[in-house]
Amino acid sequence: MNAPTPGALTSSLLYLDGVSVSFDGFKAIRGLSLTIAPGEMRAIIGPNGAGKTTMMDIITGKTRPDEGTVMFGGSVDLTRLDEAAIANLGIGRKFQKPTVFDFHTIEDNILLALKSQRTVLKTLFWQTGAAQQKRIDQILGIVKLADKRERLAGSLSHGQKQWLEIGMLLAQDPKLLLVDEPAAGMTDGETAQTAELLKEIARDHSVIVVEHDMGFIRELGVKVTVLHEGSVLAEGPLDQVSANERVVEVYLGR
Amino acid sequence: MISRFLLSNMDTRGYVFLALVAAIGLLVPLANLLVPAGSPFHVSTATMSLWGKYLCYALLALSLDLVWGYCGILSLGHGAFFALGGYAMGMYLMRQIGSRGVYGNPVLPDFMVFLNWQELPWYWWGFSSFPFAMLMVLAVPGLLAFVFGWFAFRSRVTGVYLSIITQALTYALLLAFFRNDMGFGGNNGLTDFKDILGFSVQAQTTRAALFAMTCTMLAAGFLIARGIVSSKLGKVVIAIRDAESRTRFLGYRVDRFKLFVFTVSACMAGVAGALYVPQVGIINPGEFAPANSIETVIWVAVGGRGTLVGAALGAVVVNWAKTMFTSGFMAPYWLFALGALFVFVTLFMPKGILGTAQGWWEKRRRPESMPAAEPAPAE
Amino acid sequence: MPFLIRLLRALTLALALLAAPAVAFGQTAEEAFARFNAHSFSDTARAIDGLVQSAHPNAGVIIEALADGRLLAGGGVVAVKTKDGGLLDARTGQALSAEPAGVSAVRLNNNVRRAIQGALGSLGLINPDPAKRVAAAEAVFRARDVSALPVLEAAIAKETNERARRALREAQAAILIVKTDAPPFDRIAAVDVLRERGDQDALATLRALPGDASPALKEVQARAVSEIEGKLALWQAGQNLWYGLSLGSVLLLAAIGLAITFGVMGVINMAHGEMVMLGAYTTFVVQELIRTNAPYLFDWSLAFALPAAFIVAGTVGIAIERGVIRFLYGRPLETLLATWGISLILQQAVRTAFGPTNREVGAPSFMSGAFELGGLAITWNRLWIIVFAALVFLALLAILKLTPMGLQMRAVTQNRRMAAAMGIRTGRIDALTFGLGSGVAGLAGVALSQIDNVSPNLGQSYIIDSFMVVVFGGVGNLWGTLISAMTLGVANKLLEPYAGAVLGKIALLVFIILFIQKRPRGLFALKGRAVEA
Repeated sequence: MNAPTPGALTSSLLYLDGVSVSFDGFKAIRGLSLTIAPGEMRAIIGPNGAGKTTMMDIITGKTRPDEGTVMFGGSVDLTRLDEAAIANLGIGRKFQKPTVFDFHTIEDNILLALKSQRTVLKTLFWQTGAAQQKRIDQILGIVKLADKRERLAGSLSHGQKQWLEIGMLLAQDPKLLLVDEPAAGMTDGETAQTAELLKEIARDHSVIVVEHDMGFIRELGVKVTVLHEGSVLAEGPLDQVSANERVVEVYLGR
Repeated sequence: MISRFLLSNMDTRGYVFLALVAAIGLLVPLANLLVPAGSPFHVSTATMSLWGKYLCYALLALSLDLVWGYCGILSLGHGAFFALGGYAMGMYLMRQIGSRGVYGNPVLPDFMVFLNWQELPWYWWGFSSFPFAMLMVLAVPGLLAFVFGWFAFRSRVTGVYLSIITQALTYALLLAFFRNDMGFGGNNGLTDFKDILGFSVQAQTTRAALFAMTCTMLAAGFLIARGIVSSKLGKVVIAIRDAESRTRFLGYRVDRFKLFVFTVSACMAGVAGALYVPQVGIINPGEFAPANSIETVIWVAVGGRGTLVGAALGAVVVNWAKTMFTSGFMAPYWLFALGALFVFVTLFMPKGILGTAQGWWEKRRRPESMPAAEPAPAE
Repeated sequence: MPFLIRLLRALTLALALLAAPAVAFGQTAEEAFARFNAHSFSDTARAIDGLVQSAHPNAGVIIEALADGRLLAGGGVVAVKTKDGGLLDARTGQALSAEPAGVSAVRLNNNVRRAIQGALGSLGLINPDPAKRVAAAEAVFRARDVSALPVLEAAIAKETNERARRALREAQAAILIVKTDAPPFDRIAAVDVLRERGDQDALATLRALPGDASPALKEVQARAVSEIEGKLALWQAGQNLWYGLSLGSVLLLAAIGLAITFGVMGVINMAHGEMVMLGAYTTFVVQELIRTNAPYLFDWSLAFALPAAFIVAGTVGIAIERGVIRFLYGRPLETLLATWGISLILQQAVRTAFGPTNREVGAPSFMSGAFELGGLAITWNRLWIIVFAALVFLALLAILKLTPMGLQMRAVTQNRRMAAAMGIRTGRIDALTFGLGSGVAGLAGVALSQIDNVSPNLGQSYIIDSFMVVVFGGVGNLWGTLISAMTLGVANKLLEPYAGAVLGKIALLVFIILFIQKRPRGLFALKGRAVEA
């Protein structure tokens, strides 16, 4: 039922087909198929253990699937690449737990993420140019951290760290963003602002958002994929999905 | 571009350190050569050599701090790179003895004659040339670090596992260099040096020159290390230390950055060893002992890891204390003191002398900017 | 051809039978005494042979005296000087009042000495004690003295004891190998006897076959030699395997405590080697106490030392955990440094208390000595250490699998936070784990005190090897540690004959360094998301 339609591969930005992976005999992902179109924003929901984080690990090269196809931009086989190569292809990832560089200033955090050549020599002799400085300032403005740029990232609050990480994703300027629970641990106000931020980003990027918070998903107003036990249970607009009997069953228990 | 690379982002503390090293490098040899022996300003040749040794250790500590303090790689085998640099220098010095050895063989060092060797092994070729030997001082430790790091970092060996295999590396080298048929003098190592670049290694002027050279190299090593850690690469390396996989997801090839820093660091350690050997007059396999490498770690920890000045300072302070301790009636208690130092520093002063002072200073200046957390585990 | 050989044999036998009565005992004995008087080395040697064949009642005494330079001859008289200075007439055994005129000591050279050896062997062949006869046959076997052959054959004919008979036959075969004028058929049969014996001595004897032997004999000999060589090589491999298992059990003992603390707490305890050392010193102290207070209990000293060492090392371990390590959780590299500092302090403390030199730890009687098993030489202390290592391993396995504490330890190993959330007091488990790991190291110290020098540096010499075992075996799995220790031990000992001890060790270190690249978490590692995080 989840088999992608013919031609989906070439027209898609991200294409997963029949992906499976297991840890010590436990099948975390079984026959997962998923297609993301260029420019699309997609929300992924599912109970704990549905395989959401493992799916992200597979896309970003942290985990190798046992079988299945993972293609990016219609032609690049992601299963053959490591994390750095995939990141340089244009896939950015925000972790569930905000991960920033605590001992760097906020500005340096953005600088490290800023799109640039990542070779050893290029970074050794790096000089920040005017255009790059402007971009950094712009991003700091977007994530509302411009006035704190000199502070160490470790001194930020949880919500500010989430935003800084989103800012770092922006600086990477990826084609596809994977965002894992961006609203976790945020106040309602912050959650609303984060939703706005993501919507803004989605204007010129493809985004996959993994979230538990239904209110947040509703605010985003995008197509939803429900994962359960490592494969797709349902797909469609939130209203349609939340009316699906099996989804209700999975979420509420039998 | 190079000078910009070396001097950009230099802070006050760096300038003070450089000025201090320059002053010592200039004044101590002068006080040794020109001030008459009776004067209170005279520095004896023995004292100068002793401090020359400390400064070699400071350079070694600097190199270790580069990988441990900034990149989170706790190498328990840095003594191996130091010793290899020392052996390269020792081989040059052995070839300079020429026919003045006990057996008077113009080509073969005494220990080879003693072992009935007929000709110089191939790996000794070229060591009669100073430039070649100096190249080897950098290349041998550098190459070993490169090959070792290539495998280790690519397969993501981290944390204590990495520490243990670096220790295994230096232990394996220790065993190997003890063997007579390795051709490095076995148990006794290389010693009885006569000349360096045509000057007698025993002469007071040579000693003074070596001391000045050590200061120069320490300053150069500091500038290079400083340049590296304050560049964007330095930021990447610190990022690797604090959140390795995050850095990887930003698109940096973590293994290559580690490899770069590790190799540069090994070359620096090699230079430190090369300067050490003519000043102490001997290099033997004992320098490969795992305990030596661990001791180097404590110098860095005492001074303050992640602060280059601190690492150098720690090396000098701990070794000076060791000399004080072991030359007096307290000698039997030195190991107690050293052991207690390990425990004390890790428990109560994880940032070392300089890091603690710096933290205290910054807290007073702008209390809100300090991260709440302790330094992340360097795994 | 076979017929000819048979004919030849029959003829030889007939000749021998004919000759036998002609060699009247009295006559040859007299002849021998005359030869002693000649004072020439060749005559002396022949005199010895004659004396043996004559079965003169004093032959043993005379030849022993000759060996000691106490045999005097001259003027037709042969006298034996006894050990207490008296004089006996060699012929009659009667005491002499004074030294006869013109006698002097019969001198020896190597040829004579060899003859003496052979003769003493031959004389033993007719000893009433079968064990003595076997020993004598062995001596003849080694000496390969042709002149002993008649006595030997006579002895074989009379021999009833199976073991002695085989020893005699082997001795006979050894002589036949070098006796070029013996019947070819007998010599071929002799090769067969030696082939069956099949040890190093048989090989040496076979190799002593003179170069002028017939092609048939040479071929048989070559086949026997290669067969024995093959068999010996197999035994040698077995012996090396045994040494390897022995080393492996020592490594297992030294490393298993480390594996537990590392597995449960992720802490590399650099002072682990010092726990082993404390165990060894505890053994020393216990033995000293027993020596001064209750020497009759000495054979039980290790039984007292084991619990004492466990308690001493375990207590010190708990003190280290509570005093230092618990403040360093989540900082494994700093723990490594702090425990290194502790190891320096402990070493120096022991050096101050007991002195820097080796301390003598005695072995109880059941642990000394060795026995042979087929072609294997097995020492009792090594055997007991293997048994002990196995017992410790099984006990730890039982503790981990069967006790509540083991269950909690495994829970903490797998997921510390979850375990804490479920009400397991992780701090207490950490302390107990550390105590257990250290206590086991103390037990290892008791065992190691039996085979190694007890000095303050004892721990240092095992710590790196222990690390290698743990990282090679992988974390959190005792079986991994067992396999790792045995693999490294056996590999080490199998490499040694080819590469030498040092190169073999270097090769293993390099192997482990490369292995860790391939499997950064060891042979048996936990997998999955939790570990990666």
